Amino acid sequence: MKRTEVFKKLTDICREVFEDEKLIITEETNAQEVAGWDSLTHFSLISELEMAFNIRFTLGEIQGCKNVRELVDALLLHLEEKDL
Amino acid sequence: MHYAWKELKKAASMQLETKEDRVAVLGNCSTQLFATALQGQARLCGINVLVYDAEYDQIDVQLIDPLSEVYCFQPDEILLWISSQRLYEEFMVLPVTEKSGYADKVLQRLRYYWDLIAGNCGARVLQMNFTEIQDKPLGQFSCKVEETFTYQIRKLNASLQEAMAADRNIYPVDLLSVQVRIGQEQFFHAPFYYSAKMPVSLDGISYMAEAATGVLTAMHGHMKKCIITDLDNTLWGGIVGDDGIGGIEIGELGRGHAFTNLQRWLKQLKEYGVILAVCSKNEEKVAREPFEKHREMVLRLDDFSVFVADWKDKAANICLIQETLNIGMDAIVFLDDSPFERGLVRQAIPALEVPELPEDPALCLEYLQYCNYFEAISYASADGNRTGMYQAEFARRQSQTSYGSLDGYLQSLGMEGRVQPFSSDNFARVAQLTQRSNQFNLRTVRYTQEEIARIAKSSQYLTLAFSLKDKYGDYGLVAVAILEKKSVTEVFIDTWLMSCRVFKRGMEEFVMNCMVRIVRQHGFLLINAQYLPTAKNVPVKDIYTKMGFTEIQENWYCLKTNDYQQQKNFIKEVRNDEEDRSF
Repeated sequence: MKRTEVFKKLTDICREVFEDEKLIITEETNAQEVAGWDSLTHFSLISELEMAFNIRFTLGEIQGCKNVRELVDALLLHLEEKDL
Repeated sequence: MHYAWKELKKAASMQLETKEDRVAVLGNCSTQLFATALQGQARLCGINVLVYDAEYDQIDVQLIDPLSEVYCFQPDEILLWISSQRLYEEFMVLPVTEKSGYADKVLQRLRYYWDLIAGNCGARVLQMNFTEIQDKPLGQFSCKVEETFTYQIRKLNASLQEAMAADRNIYPVDLLSVQVRIGQEQFFHAPFYYSAKMPVSLDGISYMAEAATGVLTAMHGHMKKCIITDLDNTLWGGIVGDDGIGGIEIGELGRGHAFTNLQRWLKQLKEYGVILAVCSKNEEKVAREPFEKHREMVLRLDDFSVFVADWKDKAANICLIQETLNIGMDAIVFLDDSPFERGLVRQAIPALEVPELPEDPALCLEYLQYCNYFEAISYASADGNRTGMYQAEFARRQSQTSYGSLDGYLQSLGMEGRVQPFSSDNFARVAQLTQRSNQFNLRTVRYTQEEIARIAKSSQYLTLAFSLKDKYGDYGLVAVAILEKKSVTEVFIDTWLMSCRVFKRGMEEFVMNCMVRIVRQHGFLLINAQYLPTAKNVPVKDIYTKMGFTEIQENWYCLKTNDYQQQKNFIKEVRNDEEDRSF
């Protein structure tokens, strides 16, 4: 899966989780900038991403991802591992 | 119906008009997401639950302090969730010498919580049981070594069952079965646990919410009471009309075994009080034959309260069965292997529960078990006799046609009625009636067994439990009245309800005659009453006017006991002086 595809899918999921259909996500977007992205919705987001991409994030990724770029990086890494 | 976490989260903010049910959630782990899911799931089921989620790991503080947030919230229920993950951490660092007493220690802690709750508020307790953790320090051998967690957690679940059975205020939530159902891999999300002390995945949480909501729905009187089943390819393999009695699949072999187990399951449900009925497109004689003659059939004709086999439309026949049983359509589950029939019936009767049975009969039983239709919050062993009562009801209905007038028919029944105050041997049945009766129920107040016991002991109330029998059989306890003493001259009818089995027998007249007599004996001059309308109790809308009460404002009534005219009925009262004095 290409980065753009992953990014698009992630955007859709973010819009659903944060209940904002028009939410604009960039690679630099972080939790502070999005209304409703708190510690609890973070778990919803992680959980939805895991289900949608059929992967599991590590503890470090769940706690450490500072922005969307890092989330997408982590996703791509897991997807690559799956393909091997 | 199962909802995903995201749907539950959305539903948590849904607005409902119905009465609020306040639930406080207390845990030794992170409970926030579960609290949200529970509120959502309950609201999707039509129960206006408001959840208060206590701070992380605050059980002791919240329950000990009589002025804590939890008590100030005035919860109707308190849910206790003790996570095995946390217990396990505690257990691992215990000295080996203390490990073997661990289950007892945890149970003692739970009892302490229950006592605190009982002492500080009237909330019912929803108690989660304990999930398992895969840890075998001694391999398989761990199962017989007292000092292992595996041994202790299993012991704890067993002793928890016993402790709950002895305490009426405790309602179990079977968390362990959620873990077994979805499997540990899906149930537990280790990174979530270590980052937020959440011992269950979001998927697991949605199933937990479903389990806990099941208890709440039963508390609100939404219970399934009856299964109506099709025959060919549902109760046995093949079509009895084509294949003949020797050709149908039933017994211990192959496909037959799957049908046999479904029959065993239904038979067992009947023993626990669920009504069974048949609705099949068949010649009646042909349809009855397997039950009468096939050696390997588990179910027999006398297991069914109603047996309808003809060529009429199934939806119409289901309506007939429902009228005979006199229960709500939403209390009935209909089993049929044909997607076509299911579709038709579902369209004609939306309130009916029609499970989408798997095509493979091997999967049907497990599917139905997962549906978990039969939540209950009390159990009275007399329930098993109901089939006989409904069969007697058929005999009555059949004889009814041979009498010209209703009066003549009622006289011929030789009915005997009896009124007694609530006592410990009928608390369970009285509570059950308050939970299950919807139609003849003037105010639809639901009580638990515990609350009924409290009311019975209080001098604030007059309690009346009515039983009825006739020449066809004993109905048992069928009507209940709770009168609250408002002043030295006035009482208020807090509860008046009757089982639907005794409608149109003159029982309501009999009850009112007894009620007024007892109220007078206690020197009260005035009876106040209220009709609280619900979707189901329309049939008793005008009952108080019929009984001679005066309507003082909409749905409010009063009666001067001295003006009361005896209501005509054909029920002979069985009285003894000792009982009369005990009210």
